[in-house]
Amino acid sequence: MAIFSVYVVNKAGGLIYQYDNYVPRAEVEKTFSFPLDLVLKIYDEKLVVSFGQRDGIRVGHAVLSINGVDVNGKYTAEGKEILEYLKDPANYPVSIRFGRPRLTSNEKLMLASMFHSLFAIGSQLSPEVGSSGIEMLETDVFKLHCFQTLTGLFFPLILFDQNLKSALEIAEKAGAFGPGS
Amino acid sequence: MTVHNLYIFDRNGSCLHYSEWNRKKQAGISKEEEFKLMYGMLFSIRSFISKMSPLDMKDGFLAFQTSRYKLHYYETPTGIKLVMNTDLGVPNCRDTLQQIYSTVRHTHTHTHSTLCLYSGNCLSFAAVCGVHREEPAVCAGRVSPERSVPQ
Repeated sequence: MAIFSVYVVNKAGGLIYQYDNYVPRAEVEKTFSFPLDLVLKIYDEKLVVSFGQRDGIRVGHAVLSINGVDVNGKYTAEGKEILEYLKDPANYPVSIRFGRPRLTSNEKLMLASMFHSLFAIGSQLSPEVGSSGIEMLETDVFKLHCFQTLTGLFFPLILFDQNLKSALEIAEKAGAFGPGS
Repeated sequence: MTVHNLYIFDRNGSCLHYSEWNRKKQAGISKEEEFKLMYGMLFSIRSFISKMSPLDMKDGFLAFQTSRYKLHYYETPTGIKLVMNTDLGVPNCRDTLQQIYSTVRHTHTHTHSTLCLYSGNCLSFAAVCGVHREEPAVCAGRVSPERSVPQ
């Protein structure tokens, strides 16, 4: 059982501490020739795949680097717009790395506050008397546990359950597509 | 093992069906508002976990539990969402929800078909086409008359 990340949220819903202990995310690097058969769109200041899922590149993955140089949101490291850069056939063949986008600090703050509200709604919609908020949230990839103290602080923790077969299969596939192997 | 209630939502957020068996506490708001709140909460949870998740997800959100109840969630590829609240003793209700969905689809033919669920310690169904059969002591089923569970 591995801990992915720890968040500490105060009584008002604001994030006060956050720590990530990441397992490496699935990233895929491929070389493309003109024209690019993926459809990219700008979403939340990042360039994200919206159509054209193939070979480990899934819808929702963001552009992480171009020709080995990390990108800066929707601009390359030099400051050019990536979409314009990719429309020009002179820049091909180009090697682009895609992967799940990492959360920025701003997004973490927003997500922590969102969780605080969901915690409260979980308690309000309860069919039983005296229910607390959400203590454990389960998905097929991770489990989120939340502990609330008597003073109102709460500690949502994201755990990776290593007994989950599907999560292991995903991790194995990610290893096979990595640049080193 | 107790089942408290069951909600069925369509892809636009309207509640197609709600059944209640053993609910001890009402939400304190009207039923329409409660359906909207429930749907909104599920929508937010799904978007929350898709951002938070460290790896790509396949099935997404499965269930959550509090100190008193557990909420099970199943969404079909067409956007129909089935939500069931049970007590904490129930391990995994996804198969049951999948069975509910497949049984309702299979037997539904008319526009005013209703789904009647009996429950004691297990769930069994009587899906009746065109006629609503009432068992007031056990089952309180509510179906919006204009809507029908889609094929």
